[in-house]
Amino acid sequence: MNRVLKGLAALGIAAAVSGGAALAAEEAHNAAEPTHFPIHKPHEMDWSFAGPFGKYDKGQLQRGLKVYKEVCSACHSMKLVAFRTLEELGYSDAQVKAFAAEYEVTDGPNADGEMFTRKALPSDYFPPPFANDEAAAASNGGAAPPDMSLLAKARGVERGFPTFIFDIFTMYAENGPDYIHSLLMGYDEQPPAGMEIAAGTHYNPYFIAGKSLAMAKPLTDGQVTYDDGSPETLDQYSRDVSAFLMWAAEPHLAERKQTGLSVLAFLIIFAGLLYLTKRKVWSAVPH
Amino acid sequence: MSGGHSTYTPKTGIERWIDARMPLPRLMYDSFVAYPTPRNLNYAYTFGGILSIMLVAQIITGIVLAMHYAADTQLAFGSVEKIMRDVNSGWLLRYMHSNGASFFFVAVYLHIFRGLYYGSYKAPRELLWILGCIIYLLMMATGFMGYVLPWGQMSFWGATVITGFFTAIPLVGDWIQQLLLGGFAVDNPTLNRFFALHYLLPFMIAGVVVLHVWALHVTGQTNPTGIEIKSKTDTVPFTPYATVKDGFAMVVFLAVFAYFIFYMPNYLGHPDNYIVANSLKTPSHIVPEWYFLPFYAILRAITFNIGPIDSKLGGVLAMFGAIAVLFVVPWLDTSKVRSAVYRPWFKLFFWIFVIDAIFLGWLGSRPAEGTYVVMAQIATLYYFAFFIVIMPVLGLIETPRRLPNSITEAVLAKNKGGSAHPAGAAAAPETKL
Repeated sequence: MNRVLKGLAALGIAAAVSGGAALAAEEAHNAAEPTHFPIHKPHEMDWSFAGPFGKYDKGQLQRGLKVYKEVCSACHSMKLVAFRTLEELGYSDAQVKAFAAEYEVTDGPNADGEMFTRKALPSDYFPPPFANDEAAAASNGGAAPPDMSLLAKARGVERGFPTFIFDIFTMYAENGPDYIHSLLMGYDEQPPAGMEIAAGTHYNPYFIAGKSLAMAKPLTDGQVTYDDGSPETLDQYSRDVSAFLMWAAEPHLAERKQTGLSVLAFLIIFAGLLYLTKRKVWSAVPH
Repeated sequence: MSGGHSTYTPKTGIERWIDARMPLPRLMYDSFVAYPTPRNLNYAYTFGGILSIMLVAQIITGIVLAMHYAADTQLAFGSVEKIMRDVNSGWLLRYMHSNGASFFFVAVYLHIFRGLYYGSYKAPRELLWILGCIIYLLMMATGFMGYVLPWGQMSFWGATVITGFFTAIPLVGDWIQQLLLGGFAVDNPTLNRFFALHYLLPFMIAGVVVLHVWALHVTGQTNPTGIEIKSKTDTVPFTPYATVKDGFAMVVFLAVFAYFIFYMPNYLGHPDNYIVANSLKTPSHIVPEWYFLPFYAILRAITFNIGPIDSKLGGVLAMFGAIAVLFVVPWLDTSKVRSAVYRPWFKLFFWIFVIDAIFLGWLGSRPAEGTYVVMAQIATLYYFAFFIVIMPVLGLIETPRRLPNSITEAVLAKNKGGSAHPAGAAAAPETKL
């Protein structure tokens, strides 16, 4: 009886091992015709907002806002972000008011029943560059540029086994900004010989859903002027705008992590005290 | 609730007055203070208490979230973002609630595995076990409907796929699906009824939990030895012994829960759910929440027709069967011995089953293609074989270890020192933590 059972167990293990080997063989794929995307995994960057003490670098967010305003916002909306929240980037009341006033929003109807445009107020949200998704798609070769309010949380390249388990312990939660940064940096890579790129699309091995995407390379060195002396390079722009988009998607990140620290400290101390109490209570009872 | 004699003695006039009219304090005292618990319970037995805390936390955060949520396809996604951005501590409530669902399932899975390992479902606790299965089923319905509410891409497509299962049922399938959806596709009526049901079901869970606890207090708890309580020395009063131990375990559990809420709140979710639902754009891989993944893998493992049953219906039957089989576990297990501690072979197959279930979960997150399908089929086969073949057959042919005469004897033998302790048991979780 024991022998039969041991045999069954061995059979199960053998099946699992052979399955794993077959899977590994299948993973090796053709360079010119990849079937899994992205072709390259995003590079992991150092972000000021990573880790248990992470918080946003306000200077970086201000630079990222500039990149968004001068480059991205031509095509990408950011409908969920209100101007008033820009105070979190270190701007004063007056600065936010002035920033909002650079935009025009539609309001109304007025007493005559007419819609009208007026200068935006801090309580308004970033107005979209296109009237609707259809207009956005029509102006961009059929693919509407996604709204950027939540982009940094809406993109995440699968980490794969066993990395996704280690991520719990390393507290890795920067999939979104890593992806955006790598994507913006990835346009200069050349497709491997033999790969066909559809007309009107642009090869990017970091793109999550295919070998190429409709958006052309949006950023180049020197395109945006920084007034704080930071390098005006593609890498710096990409980092700054990725950090800014993380803020846009998760404005309460720093508050969350600070609260977490006190909550965990409390729970750990409380657990320690409870453990000592438990030991004392149970000390006289063998169990 | 307890079947035993009440030891409650009202001390003050007010207590006597209440006790003579509606003895609620007596009920509480008998259930949560004097209630005898086996003295050898380990930390695997703390998840019941943890689950009740999680249920209460989910209901409280859920009620506050419902005050700010709008169940309308045009407004739902935006209202959730409003909670995240503008509602005071809204981000905290929402992350507590979404991660709370995951940790509710973490606790319930550990609770179920504990029940399987120690044979907690055996007579006279069959009803207790079945009530637990009903709670689990209600939790799954609640979790699924809750995931639809933020109206993201995975909400919409998950709802489309899961309600689509019902169309596989012959004759009434389409009718059931339309009843669930309130139309022919996932749309505003779907969102409205899911919200109504998502608010209702937790209170039904709470109701069944009361029955579950009632049944528990009639039969008493099992314990790692699987031997029933025989004398007073086998037990300790619930308070302070169980309360302090449960309390410690609860706080440790909450610390892990808090780690996720505050540091990786989106780890257990899917990025696509931060994209507003779009009925014209199907995500490349539609995956349910992690706690459904093993069943999703079983569903997709059936890629072949079995006689008149096509693969679609076969998959749906296998998936529901994987849950339904839990209900009859008390009658599938033929062993006279309750606890796996004294069943060396059952112990081995149990741990293979645990690995199998986790493996199925991982497969559920993979695309259903190539070797993944074959692996899912093997894992599904073991899942069902564990219940339908191993449980009944092993009970008849396995030679169990010698059982101690009582809980007290087992505890004293263990405390005498490691040398007298059976070597095999040292690695298992029944050892004192």
